[in-house]
Amino acid sequence: MHRRKPVLSLPGPNDIVRQTLPNGITLLIRENSASPTVVVSGYLEAGAADVPRDKIGLAGFTADVLERGTHKRNFAQLYEEIESIAASFDLSAGTHSTSFGAKGLAEHLPLLLDILGDVLRNPAFEKEQVEKARAEILTDIQERENDTQRMAALTFRGLAYPEEHPLHWSQTGYFDTIQRITRDDLVQFHSRFYTPQAMVIAVVGAVKAAVVAQAIADAFGDWQGSRPARPPLPPVPRLGERRIQRLSIDDKTQSDLILGWPGPARLDPDFIPCFVANTVFGVFGMYGRLGRVVREANGLAYYVYSSLEGGRAPGPWRIIAGVNPMNVDKTVALILEELRHIREERVPKEELQDSQALLTGSLPLQLETNGGVAHALLNIERYNLGLDYLQRYPEMINAVTPQQVQEVAQRWLDPEHYALAIAGPAV
Amino acid sequence: MNLLRTTLDNGLKVLIRESHAAPVVSVWVWYRVGVRNEHQGITGISHWVEHMAFKGSARWPEGKADQAVAREGGMYNGMTWNDFTTYYATLPAHKISLALDIEADRMRNIIFDPEAVESERTVIISERQGNENSPLFLLGEEVQAVAYRVHPYGHETVGHLCDLQTMTRDMLYNHYQTYYTPNNAVLAIAGDFNAGEIERLSERYFGNIPAGPDAPPVTAVEPPQRGERRVVVEGAGQTDYLTVAYHIPEARHEDFFALTILNAILAGASGFLVSSANITNHTSRLYQALVAKEFAVDIDGSLSATVDPGLYHLTATAWPGRALIDLETALNIEIERLQDTPVTPAELEKAQRQARALFAYASESTTNQAFWLGYSEIFADYGWFLRYVDKLAAVTVEDVQRVAQTYLRPQNRTVGWYLTPK
Repeated sequence: MHRRKPVLSLPGPNDIVRQTLPNGITLLIRENSASPTVVVSGYLEAGAADVPRDKIGLAGFTADVLERGTHKRNFAQLYEEIESIAASFDLSAGTHSTSFGAKGLAEHLPLLLDILGDVLRNPAFEKEQVEKARAEILTDIQERENDTQRMAALTFRGLAYPEEHPLHWSQTGYFDTIQRITRDDLVQFHSRFYTPQAMVIAVVGAVKAAVVAQAIADAFGDWQGSRPARPPLPPVPRLGERRIQRLSIDDKTQSDLILGWPGPARLDPDFIPCFVANTVFGVFGMYGRLGRVVREANGLAYYVYSSLEGGRAPGPWRIIAGVNPMNVDKTVALILEELRHIREERVPKEELQDSQALLTGSLPLQLETNGGVAHALLNIERYNLGLDYLQRYPEMINAVTPQQVQEVAQRWLDPEHYALAIAGPAV
Repeated sequence: MNLLRTTLDNGLKVLIRESHAAPVVSVWVWYRVGVRNEHQGITGISHWVEHMAFKGSARWPEGKADQAVAREGGMYNGMTWNDFTTYYATLPAHKISLALDIEADRMRNIIFDPEAVESERTVIISERQGNENSPLFLLGEEVQAVAYRVHPYGHETVGHLCDLQTMTRDMLYNHYQTYYTPNNAVLAIAGDFNAGEIERLSERYFGNIPAGPDAPPVTAVEPPQRGERRVVVEGAGQTDYLTVAYHIPEARHEDFFALTILNAILAGASGFLVSSANITNHTSRLYQALVAKEFAVDIDGSLSATVDPGLYHLTATAWPGRALIDLETALNIEIERLQDTPVTPAELEKAQRQARALFAYASESTTNQAFWLGYSEIFADYGWFLRYVDKLAAVTVEDVQRVAQTYLRPQNRTVGWYLTPK
């Protein structure tokens, strides 16, 4: 058809407002009047990496209790305010940081920010709410023990990361650690680590940047404090052997398997070539090469794909599949064969270009919603990628060569030394 | 809003909505075929045909369409459920022809190569086995089987294992030939374009596909339920679950709107519409009665828009150590309260306010807009969606009480327990 190619205005320095408040909070704002909604999304520096070994789960437990009432708004008042305007908010703890967010109609932005400020700064830690949150977490752990996907993921962490590293452990916690955590632990964790230092807030939606900046200053501007310095995380050594663990879970029909390695951190120079290699290997079209071999040609699995996490940590590079218990070994053999293939033979130029086109071409879809843009802005800030990152991104992706893909595959995708976790019925 | 609706000479319904918020387009083709058109022996056939529809034609051999869409940075997939099978692609706006080309080809030319059928048989069995790992799938499958003894909605979309093991290539191909006709389909497109131009393009790609015979009518009617039904699923783990399912009318029925409001008050507003919002339900009656009182750790209510009468599900996860009978009793007390006493005007107004916001969230992305354009045509028409907020605004406290009395009777429900070893 004859039609001009629409020009996508990728968020960039000309339309992202970035400010830093005197107390250390960084604001990122992008106006978007396409729908009458607004998304607030951010993080602060409190995470699983700040938690001692006998209190694993403390960061997540704290975030859960924060969702359950402040000195100004008890649980019932908090949710009456939020739900009656059909808005939502949530907190969740990761390895290095705790994320928070809210979504609502744009007209409610001041109230959303007021609530987020209240929740992050003035939690009540009511005894009753602490126990309710604890019961929810314990139930979640119970459910995890009966879930092959989650148990395979947990087992994989244990195999791939050293005990001294937070990625070795569950972020949710364990029965004993969650039971051990006291109200005081939660209060302490909050007062030590929830500070405006290095906190980031992104706001995207049908709002005016100047109004947003003022509302954030109102809700957070008088917050002071800084958190204790975090000791560096222990290094994550390369796997020097094959580590395989099979976990049998009663009454299941399918096995879940995860094969992988600690991967490159987000700022490792290998990350972008690895990201492209991962797309070729287990993402493009229907699960990339993995999908073609394991699903399409051999009919072994409904899902089989690969995933590269990056992160500050460094996160894992994993191959994930759900297969009949009888087919586990065959699937693993096919995966290893594909690993050798991508290491030994240079990826054809056309195949590489396909994956590059997917990664660059999907930007408009990823940036279509306010939530998608907010996610991208936080990613830019977290890794200090520069406000023009999205505009530079296609060039960076397209610069990856077949030779680089092969090099990073040889460096990272080791078919002799890996961690393999399998959770499913006993065979 | 710039909306264009037309029907091609071959019977294909076309709905086109201009939306210039982002330079993308979302193209959906909906076929009126799903669980509703299946019976014992061929359960899961519609879903399997959907899988086969990605296994290639002469023009688009297996994997080529996926790759072509991915190369443009697009999203591409299919879904099957009670009343429909649908395929979609969301792409940069100037690539709309690619999506139309793939979908027009899919309507007539899928090969159903016997080897591909066999390879997909094990993929689908794997999909089913993955589902079986989930206690809530096991419970939900039993509950719907007990709730329906006549209507096909009683079986899961994925189908029974025995049918997946025995269906033949020719059965699948016949199903495809029977239902994949322009006169049994809806083409829904939303995005950044000129609607008139897209109408001409649609005609060019789909206009020469011949109409087929009318699809066989679905004659099954579920008889009224004459007493409570109960089912217990015993399984591994440590967590018990409760599901209660009430028969409710189809989406076109006026009472569907009062039931939607009822659900928002009883179990929370998130069940309103497919959208990007996930609103908590902590002020809902059941959260307060079940979760705040420590009978359950969560409660969820859902009703779905269907062609034939569907089910209203309430599902709760038991609080650690709580017996399901106590949870069920506490839930029933809240149901009776809805029947005995009108809800408050404040509760009603809150639900109506939530509906307006959720409607705005549901229209946020181009993909969601095209989804509703087509989905609403399957069970009613697009007017249903456009009038949705107004219909909910017209619901009264008396309506809510009346539908509670009419549909939430014990005689009309199926109670399911997922019980773990104690």
